[in-house]
Amino acid sequence: MRGVSVIGVGETQFGELWDKSFRELGIEAGLKAIQDAKIAAENVDALYVGNMSAGKFIDQEHVASLVADYAGLSDQHLPTIRVEGGGACGAIAIHQAAMSIASGVHDIVVVGGAEKMTDVGDLEAMQILSSTTDQEWESVFGATFAGLFAMMARRHMFEYGTTREQLASVAVKNHRHGALNPNAQFQREITMEMVLQAPMVAEPLGLFDCAPLSDGAAALVLCAAEKARKFTDAPVNLIGTGHASDVMAVHDRRDLTTIDATVIAGKRAFHAAKKTPNDVKVAEVHDNFTIGEILAVEDLRFVPKGKGGFATEDGETALNARISVNTSGGLKARGQPVGATGVAQAVEIVRQLRGEGGKRQVSGAELGLTHTLGGTGATAVVHLFARGD
Amino acid sequence: MTAGIVSYGGYVPRYRITPKEIGAVWGVDGEAMGKGLNIRSKSVPGPDEDVITMSVEAARSALRKAPHIDPKDVGAIYVGSESHPYAVKPTATIVAEAIEAAPILTAADFEFACKAGTAAIQTCMGLTMSDMYRYGMAIGADTSQGAPSDALEYSASAGAAAFVIGKDLAIATLNHTISYTTDTPDFWRREGQAYPSHGGRFTGEPAYFKHVLSCANLLFKRAGTRAEDYDFAVFHQPNGKFPVRAGKTLGFLDKQLETGLLVREIGNTYSAAIMVGLCAILDIAKPGQRIFAVAYGSGAGSDGFDITVTDGIDAIDRKAGRTMRAMVEDVKFLDYATYAKYRKKIRMKEG
Amino acid sequence: MAIPRFWREIPSRYNLIGSKCGNCGASDFPPRAVCPRCGRKSVGRMERLKLSGRGKVVSHTVIHDAPKNFDMMKPYVLAIVEMDEGLRVTSQIIDVEPGQVTIGMPVEVAFRKLGEEGEAGVIHYGYKFKPAL
Repeated sequence: MRGVSVIGVGETQFGELWDKSFRELGIEAGLKAIQDAKIAAENVDALYVGNMSAGKFIDQEHVASLVADYAGLSDQHLPTIRVEGGGACGAIAIHQAAMSIASGVHDIVVVGGAEKMTDVGDLEAMQILSSTTDQEWESVFGATFAGLFAMMARRHMFEYGTTREQLASVAVKNHRHGALNPNAQFQREITMEMVLQAPMVAEPLGLFDCAPLSDGAAALVLCAAEKARKFTDAPVNLIGTGHASDVMAVHDRRDLTTIDATVIAGKRAFHAAKKTPNDVKVAEVHDNFTIGEILAVEDLRFVPKGKGGFATEDGETALNARISVNTSGGLKARGQPVGATGVAQAVEIVRQLRGEGGKRQVSGAELGLTHTLGGTGATAVVHLFARGD
Repeated sequence: MTAGIVSYGGYVPRYRITPKEIGAVWGVDGEAMGKGLNIRSKSVPGPDEDVITMSVEAARSALRKAPHIDPKDVGAIYVGSESHPYAVKPTATIVAEAIEAAPILTAADFEFACKAGTAAIQTCMGLTMSDMYRYGMAIGADTSQGAPSDALEYSASAGAAAFVIGKDLAIATLNHTISYTTDTPDFWRREGQAYPSHGGRFTGEPAYFKHVLSCANLLFKRAGTRAEDYDFAVFHQPNGKFPVRAGKTLGFLDKQLETGLLVREIGNTYSAAIMVGLCAILDIAKPGQRIFAVAYGSGAGSDGFDITVTDGIDAIDRKAGRTMRAMVEDVKFLDYATYAKYRKKIRMKEG
Repeated sequence: MAIPRFWREIPSRYNLIGSKCGNCGASDFPPRAVCPRCGRKSVGRMERLKLSGRGKVVSHTVIHDAPKNFDMMKPYVLAIVEMDEGLRVTSQIIDVEPGQVTIGMPVEVAFRKLGEEGEAGVIHYGYKFKPAL
């Protein structure tokens, strides 16, 4: 199987983008990536699009072909694939696209992720987000997406002594990073007090423990490693991917304080890349809720189980600390247009590895990781990227 | 051989509101209203409760007390109410599924204002005495509404009671039953109307008292008894005054009336009213004790029952589930705003 | 929610009907046709199991931001309950002050409204939990 490299990246602003439609966002990110890769339309062999719920948000299915059309690629008659997997769909799309290159079927593939969440009201948007939970045995009983993560947080606090302040420190850190990211939805720092005093969403999670509803898109151009140098001097290689699923309902999980899908996806990725968690200097993990990041840094084995809150509070995961987690601002501050998340995380890692991180550059970053969850943890995808030689 | 009560179970929601709290909103001395009605508080159903949920809880409570009853032997279930959640689709079918009596049984819902539950008891007596079925289940349940600021708002409340009727292993025999029924428009609700209407003072003498007293006297005659032959008496209780007045007129004493008079704490549970009173009596009655019960439903009619407790009552577990007293005393008081919200008196946005 | 979708689950929603594996004895809820632990060995050997309705809280939260269907109930307690049979379910805890719910608290099943398809639609019922007597 051939190696796969990233030769181009692109992303839109993330936020409440009233003026931009779903298709405009999709093509903006895609065209930026294509320009960044310095390729032409004719070079593209396929288009993969990660999108969770265009059908519910904007009544539109079949979005991969739509995006190809509006990007001006219709004359290429590309194979287009829309990938769904809850919040992990962008990361899964990257994996699917990479496999098509690794196997020799395609040479150059554009992977995009896009979501337009603000064309419906807030309440409806939250309900659509909840559709990735178990409808029959969780939602129908009144479980909300935040409520399910809140119960994981509560149990984590019960078993390990994690505190609300430690949860809050995730949000404070990520907003500090987001303030350095011109594409982030929130570019203002927040204080611990603001987080602790925010209205409750599902106890112990308050408004600032939760990622926002967002519009946005991101894209990568993937290329067979052996051909990457034709297009760029700074290819970034996708050196390992781990993709795992787990039981749907949180109540069926083996352990409420561990997302086994992350543990297994992480192990698979590190095994494929022949690397260890200690080798990672920069990571984008799935902080849809503050507890999400705490669980992620434990389940990816950056810190021991139960120590995620303490490590964050102690600054171990801040910009240029032992490991820089969510330099983009994470889902919390950068925003979370669901389909775009996995791809946007990759865009951030690629930029870091290229040395294009600007004010939020992680010094000496050579190995970066993305971690994306689907639903409450029924899917997890981990990608490892390394600077090409 | 006559039919009897094989088991019983009651249910009252835990929320309460006082007449004082209600009166304050309407510029009325609620405390005085309460004293006038002899009601200290009334029960309020929670937002996730209705006649169906309460009927199921009462039915399950009855079965929990008497685990010898196989739900599959319940051949008929009738639920009497004036606040069924569906105008068309019987409460009884959902109860049937929820106690695993389905599918081989007959079921229907009854309506006769506050005596729909006792009408169901009489029907089940007929079915089991004629050996059509081994057991019948009669339920009275209501989440009745009083129109805002109307006198009925101080008393209309929520509750349910389920009686399993049959011949074998009866804990109390239904020695006699007799009814008195006329066309009397004292209290009614037209289809589609949110709240009932009533004839004010017309609901007293020509309605409640005429039917209750007539029925009671017919029952005394049939049973060959007088008030002093009974240990307990329970009458329909739209407030805490009428049943006491009726009882006294018939020769009953306070101590006979006391146990069944739940209206003072939980209000008028309409179709469940006399039945929850009976549950409270059965919770403490001893074998051999005798009970006089006369229900009343507007429209109008009274069903009377002469009941004797048997040894069988000691064979069931009366503490399984909760006693009526425990439920009556498990309270959370609400303010009028929360009460109005729970009772859907606030107009919400459509769509 | 479509009518048949809810109707189909009535035995589980009303009566906590699950399954027990005739091969290894483990219980599942909702009922399964094949035991996830035993695979093929369990085919045709799955037995009907009615849960006792008793359990204890293993985690809980109070929902403040609720979907429209649950507007009247908020804030309400959501919990994961570990049933006596060893398996876990998710539902609301009722008849208790939100601040008084604790991990380890014993609970028992109650029958309540879960929601409805609007004022004119079908009403859905099912299990919630209240503090055990």
